[in-house]
Amino acid sequence: MISELFLSGIIAWFAGAMASLALWRKPVAARRVACTAALAGSLFDLSASAFAVFSGSPTVIRLPFGNPVFTWTIGIDPLSAYFNVTLAVLAAAVSLYSFGYLREMEGRRNLGSFGFFFNLLLTSLALVFTASNVFFFLVAWEAMALSAFCLVSFEHEKEEARNAGVLFLVMSHAGTGLLLIAFLVLASVSGSLDFASFHLLASTMPPLRQGAVFLLFLFGFGVKAGLVPFHIWLPEAHPVAPSNVSALMSGIVIKTGIYGMARVFFDFYGPPPLWMGTVVLALGVVSALLGVLYALMEHDLKRLLAWHSIENIGIILMGFGAALMFRALGQPNLAALALIAALYHTFNHAVFKGLLFLGAGSVVQTTHTRNMEKMGGLIRLMPVTAICFLVGAVAISGLPPLNGFVSEWLTYQALLAGFGTTQSLTRLMFPIAGSLLALTAALAAACFVKAFAIPFLALPRSEQAERAKEARPTMRAGMAALAVGCVALGLGATWLVRAFDPITQQTLGVSASSSMATARGLTLSPGTAHGGTVSTVGMASLLLLAGASIALPLAWRWQRRSVKGPAWDCGLPGLTADNEYTATAFSKPLRMIFSALYRPRREIQAEYEVSPYYPSAIRFESEIEPTFEKHLYKPLRQRIMAAAERMRAIQAGSINAYLAYIFITLLLLLLFGVRG
Amino acid sequence: MTERFIECGAQLFLLLALAPLVTGAIRTLKARLQTRRGPGIIQPYKDIFKLFRKGMVIPETASWIFAATPWVVFFSTILAGLMIPMVAADAPLGLFGGALAVIYLLGLGRFFLALSGLDTGGSFGGLGSSREMTISALAEPAMMLAIFTVAIGAGSTGLTEIAGAAIGQTWRFLAPAQMFAFAALALVLIAETGRIPVDNPATHLELTMIHEAMILEYSGPYLALVEWAASIKQLVLMTLLINCFWPVGLQPTWFGFGALIGIGWLLAKLLLLSCAIVLLETVNAKMRLFRVPELLAVAFTLGSLALVSTFLF
Repeated sequence: MISELFLSGIIAWFAGAMASLALWRKPVAARRVACTAALAGSLFDLSASAFAVFSGSPTVIRLPFGNPVFTWTIGIDPLSAYFNVTLAVLAAAVSLYSFGYLREMEGRRNLGSFGFFFNLLLTSLALVFTASNVFFFLVAWEAMALSAFCLVSFEHEKEEARNAGVLFLVMSHAGTGLLLIAFLVLASVSGSLDFASFHLLASTMPPLRQGAVFLLFLFGFGVKAGLVPFHIWLPEAHPVAPSNVSALMSGIVIKTGIYGMARVFFDFYGPPPLWMGTVVLALGVVSALLGVLYALMEHDLKRLLAWHSIENIGIILMGFGAALMFRALGQPNLAALALIAALYHTFNHAVFKGLLFLGAGSVVQTTHTRNMEKMGGLIRLMPVTAICFLVGAVAISGLPPLNGFVSEWLTYQALLAGFGTTQSLTRLMFPIAGSLLALTAALAAACFVKAFAIPFLALPRSEQAERAKEARPTMRAGMAALAVGCVALGLGATWLVRAFDPITQQTLGVSASSSMATARGLTLSPGTAHGGTVSTVGMASLLLLAGASIALPLAWRWQRRSVKGPAWDCGLPGLTADNEYTATAFSKPLRMIFSALYRPRREIQAEYEVSPYYPSAIRFESEIEPTFEKHLYKPLRQRIMAAAERMRAIQAGSINAYLAYIFITLLLLLLFGVRG
Repeated sequence: MTERFIECGAQLFLLLALAPLVTGAIRTLKARLQTRRGPGIIQPYKDIFKLFRKGMVIPETASWIFAATPWVVFFSTILAGLMIPMVAADAPLGLFGGALAVIYLLGLGRFFLALSGLDTGGSFGGLGSSREMTISALAEPAMMLAIFTVAIGAGSTGLTEIAGAAIGQTWRFLAPAQMFAFAALALVLIAETGRIPVDNPATHLELTMIHEAMILEYSGPYLALVEWAASIKQLVLMTLLINCFWPVGLQPTWFGFGALIGIGWLLAKLLLLSCAIVLLETVNAKMRLFRVPELLAVAFTLGSLALVSTFLF
């Protein structure tokens, strides 16, 4: 049952990819076929993985080809199924959205190839989450990276898109290289390439090698996840992609890194040494904080969202780090709590970030700019998009009663419980991480006040913004589906935690949901001895009740005796868009407070004729220093380029030389083989 | 179940009725300390009553966010208020959320208030929103450290448990961890409720105002709601501070004669805290906006010290 549904999904996607490629001359048909296939595949995948999440025993599908070493084995255990549910929910909404979104590109771009890569990306994502052989996993991993690369640089006539695509590809392959080494080390110990043979294997290795493999996996998957300091590709690649692709990239492609870490840390490793957890927790805190701090400085709507992906990956890794530390400290129940927090946040982030990117896509499509300073007042012209974006903004800011609050609350509880688990100074890490999570969440709220208010509220700041049109019906449906998802994941928390039982049972050998859903499923509790409780359902119903019974009747009465009037304009003749607060001005206090990090540079040139008080033209330029690019990657790139320059000597271009190289390599390999 | 409803009703009444009184008391005390006569202690009630009967002017540039915000702010603040122990150690809605939920519910109100500030299109609203979000973000880590410190003592973030753990240990607040955490939370309280030296609730000068700038365009009943919510928020945070650290007088239940004693203690403690705030406001001048981070850094340091003290002493 599960395997049939899953394979149907894969086939639907793959067929969609081929069909849309075949239809590349007929844009309308290509668009319809690609989106229908993507939607159908997602629904198949959703039903398969939803069953699989709750069924305790893993489903194994052996594809009828390959050889004993390189087996094409698909294994759907609860962990794989969970990530597949995340993928399927997001992909379904994005496919629905794409029906309308891609219409704009009809006739202008090759929708056939878009549909091909889009469906291929979905296929490879589902396979990355389920492949249970190193070889198969890496094939799917590469297919994912390549199709994502083609989608990122889809608008390849823009230099920006080409550069971002190449950066993504280079970083992605650097990460894959690290993964390859790590997998080969594991395979050399187990003598097999099957994931099944790696179960708890890593912990049997000597400590040094164990640690090295751990770091290789952490950094290798960290590149894909956008972990600081491997994040530099993310704010470049996500914004330049078409927005439906951005939603997938931020929602699920970076989660393959998270999946890989979950697979390695909780399946391949047994209880790890304590330092591994502390490294992950510390990196998580740094990513979360830097992600949100850089997001605050953006006025490119999509780049801002991309930076927030780095922040949320950080929050997820805080949960992972805590879970690893609890495992090391022999606290499986707390480890389960922290793991649930991290995985819950993974799903939540896919839903609200997908929603926000789709919302941003609708806005960008109609205003033809990603610059927030040129938007404004869109709430009147695009009411549905605005309300969906608002739901996403409230959710990502971690405000109750939506889903972001639930997973952040669980993370806090895990961190709080950590303080009592050890007597060493390490325990100080937990509350410090918790307080920095609080800072991150509050800065995210500040950032999303900006990200919602500047584009959607007040007066339009440009002509494009004045002429904006509401998104097409299918686009609205896709966004509304994810907005409903944000609400459902928030209110249904006590019900949804049950889905984690098979995962925690599989990875940690404990079930947590029975102690987490208390008061007949009304309240959520961390499941620790005292713990606090929280009830998003309770809060939401009280707020709704008060709103319906008190606010609506009164507001209706008051509205009748209200008059419209101009807002205070300081006595100037009328309020214009020039009076409005800009995104740059909004984040100015934080830019000054954190100037040690940003090292802002600004330049003002004023031209005036009569007196300096009446400038005729002012040019203002401001930028912040891209610290990682400047101090880490630029020197690295220069070294690599210099090395490549020297290597040119052996690249003479003569066939004879190359044949000699091949011969020497073969000889060396043979010698190596004979010795080994 | 019925008892819960009565408790909720009683605490709701207390929140709504007491909040303007606290605001009025602080203003009157401050006036007296500055040898002014002041507007009288019940002036906030009169203001709210007057505003509710007025019509309102809604900016042409504003969207539905502007109309929804007062309600969101008002209801979320009240909901947060029902989650804290005021008279009885058992918070009426303690089951629905503890310290974290209270902080985040107040955050929800602030989020919408900041949106409405930007909604009107004027510069003042945006200025207020920007400053409010900045200061609250910087206050958050210190607040969380302080909350963590008390939560670690009680083993829970539930405020019922936190208050319960402190009952019967009258002098516990003298422990170093508690003192540091109290100081941290007190500084955060000043920042969050917009009091001198962070913000001046009495000002209408554009360069100095934060909260007042955000709500500049509100008038009539909506202004009443926002102002009322602001004073409820102040009451909630003050009660949180005194009942987490110094729960003397908290009753086991809301029922019986004890409730009156509990209310008496609450009023006495609020009066004491108000006096402290008044003293602080009078002897200090408002800080420059960019000095506020230093104050909050002090709060963060105090919070960290509190945390370290929990296992050193």
